[in-house]
Amino acid sequence: MIIAAGELHDEYDVAVIGAGPAGLAASAFCARAGLKCVLFDDQTGPGGQIYRSITSSPLSRHCVLGKDYWRGETIVRDALASDAHYVAGASVWGLLSSNAVAVSVSGITRQIRAARIIIATGAMERPFPIQGWTLPGVMTCGAAQILLKSSALVPEGPTVLAGCGPLLWLLAWQYLNVGVRIDAILDTTAQRNWHRLFRHAVAFATSSYMTEGLRLMYQVRRAVRVVTGIVELGAEGGERVESVLWRTRRGRFERLPCNTLLLHQGVVPNVNLAMSARVEHRWSDTQLCWVPNVDDFGSTTAPAIAVAGDGAGIAGAGAAVACGQIAAIAAIRALTNKASHKDEERNARRMLHRYQRGRTFLDLLYQPAPHFRLPRGETIVCRCEDVTARQVIETTLLGCPGPNQIKAFLRCGMGPCQGRFCGLTITELMAETRGSSCAEVGYFHLRPPAKPIALSEFAGLRSDEAAMKAVVRE
Amino acid sequence: MFRRLNKGPERLLTIFVDGAPTSARPGDSVAAAMLASGRIGCRTTAVSGAVRGPFCLMGVCFECLVTIEGVASLQACMIPVREGMRIETKCGNRTFGT
Ligand code: FES
Repeated sequence: MIIAAGELHDEYDVAVIGAGPAGLAASAFCARAGLKCVLFDDQTGPGGQIYRSITSSPLSRHCVLGKDYWRGETIVRDALASDAHYVAGASVWGLLSSNAVAVSVSGITRQIRAARIIIATGAMERPFPIQGWTLPGVMTCGAAQILLKSSALVPEGPTVLAGCGPLLWLLAWQYLNVGVRIDAILDTTAQRNWHRLFRHAVAFATSSYMTEGLRLMYQVRRAVRVVTGIVELGAEGGERVESVLWRTRRGRFERLPCNTLLLHQGVVPNVNLAMSARVEHRWSDTQLCWVPNVDDFGSTTAPAIAVAGDGAGIAGAGAAVACGQIAAIAAIRALTNKASHKDEERNARRMLHRYQRGRTFLDLLYQPAPHFRLPRGETIVCRCEDVTARQVIETTLLGCPGPNQIKAFLRCGMGPCQGRFCGLTITELMAETRGSSCAEVGYFHLRPPAKPIALSEFAGLRSDEAAMKAVVRE
Repeated sequence: MFRRLNKGPERLLTIFVDGAPTSARPGDSVAAAMLASGRIGCRTTAVSGAVRGPFCLMGVCFECLVTIEGVASLQACMIPVREGMRIETKCGNRTFGT
C-alpha cells in the first residue's frame, strides 16, 4: 500500500530498499507472511529501471516496449496490493548502527528501525569513458529508454547508438517500433570474446535469452546500418555533441554527424548503499565489477542485511524476483525462528536456476573490451571533478597505492556522484598501471550518506545514539 | 534533440526554465521536460566551466543538477514537474553568500 512519509511507523520487521523486481517481490512476500514491512524507493513510481513508469507510462500499446516489460505489471500490482508500506521519492542514505535506516523524503530525513534489511538497489550503467562522453547530447541507452518509457520522448535528428549488450539492441528495437530513425549502431563487442564462448554455448542455446535476443538483433540489423569491430570511439562537439568518430579493426576511420549519441556497455551493481553499510564486496572477474559477498539467501557479512537482485550481481529481472523471494524467506525464518516456506523456497530456486541459465554466455560475450574500460590521455574519467585518464595514470606511477589515496590527490570520486561513474574505471586503471589485480587495488571507502544531502538535513536529525553515530567518527 | 511521440489532446503544464515558459507533460521529470523543450544542457562544471546535461536519468550521475524553487543542487531527473515550477540552470561553483 502506498503511504506518505508522515505515515511511516518507527519500527518495522523488514525494510526493503528499492522497488524494482527484487524489492517488490521481497516486500510482497514478507507482507503476505504477516511481517510488518516497509519498501523505500527513490523514484516517483514503482518498477525500478526495468519496469520504469509501468503504472504511468504514456506508451500503453504493448507492442512498443515489448512483452517482457509488461510482465512487470503483476509484480508491481502484487506489491502495491499487499500490506507492505511503500514510500516513493524516498532516498535511503544510510544504514546506521542498531538497525536504523536513514531515509530522506522531500528534503527531510527520518529514521526508522527494522529488524532485517533487504537491499535491492539494482544496477546502473557501466561507465563508458570515451573522448567526449561528457558532451550534452551524449547519454546512456538506459537514459534514453527511461525517456521513452516515462515520457514517450524519442530522439529527433541524427542518432547513433554505440556499445554492446542486450539493452542496446532492445532500445534499438523499441525505437524501430515507434518509427525512430537510427543512423548507425556502432557495435563494440570484442571479437575475441566469441572464442571463449563454446563452453557456455549449450546453456545459452537452451535458455530463454537466445530466441528472444536473436529475433531482436535480426529485426534491427535488417533496418539499421550496423558497424561491427569498433576499436576506437569518440564524441566530438563544442557545447554539445555534433559528430561521432570511430575506427574499426581494419583501421578505417569514419565520422558521422549526430546530435544524440547513446552509449551502453552493460550494467553493473549499484553498490554504494551496501558498501556504505560495510557489506563486504569482492571483484568479479566475469562481470568486471564489485559484487557483495552473499550466501544462497542473499545474506551478507553485515548483520541482518541481505542484498537481492542485480545489486548482488547482474542476472536480470526474472532472477531478481526469485532472489527477492528467497531473501524474504530468510528474513521470515530469522524473525519467526521457524523453518517455514519450504515449497516456496523450492519454487523460487527453480525459477532462479532457469533465469541463470545462459547468463555466463551473455556476461562473457558482452564483456566490454579493455580499450573501452581503460581510457587514455585527456579522456575524462571522473565526470564530477573533470579528472582525466592521464592524471590518474601519472599519479599512480608516482606511487599512489589505491583509490582512496588518489581521491585525496585528484578529487576523483569526491563529487556528488560519489564515485558511481568513475569508481570502476579508477580501480581498473590503477590495477593496470601498477600491474596488480583489481582485488588488490580495491575501491573507495564509502560511508553514509550514500546520497548527498544538505547539511540542514543533518542538523534537523533527532540526536539519538544512532543519529550521533552517523556523524561522529568512531 | 527529443520529440514527443504522443501528441494527444492531453493537458500540458507550464514550468519556467530560467524564466522562460516551457510546456511539460504531467508525469515528466524536470529533466525530461527540459530535454523535450530542446534544452540539453543544465549546468556548467565547477572545474572547467564546460556545459553538461542529463546523462543517466536515473539519479546516479548528478549531471542534471539545477535549482528548483530556490533550492540549489537538486537532481532534475528525480523530481516530477508541477504547474508553475521555477527552475534555474546551475552555473559552476556555488558562491559564498548566494
Ligand atoms: S541525469 Fe543522472 S542523476 Fe540526473
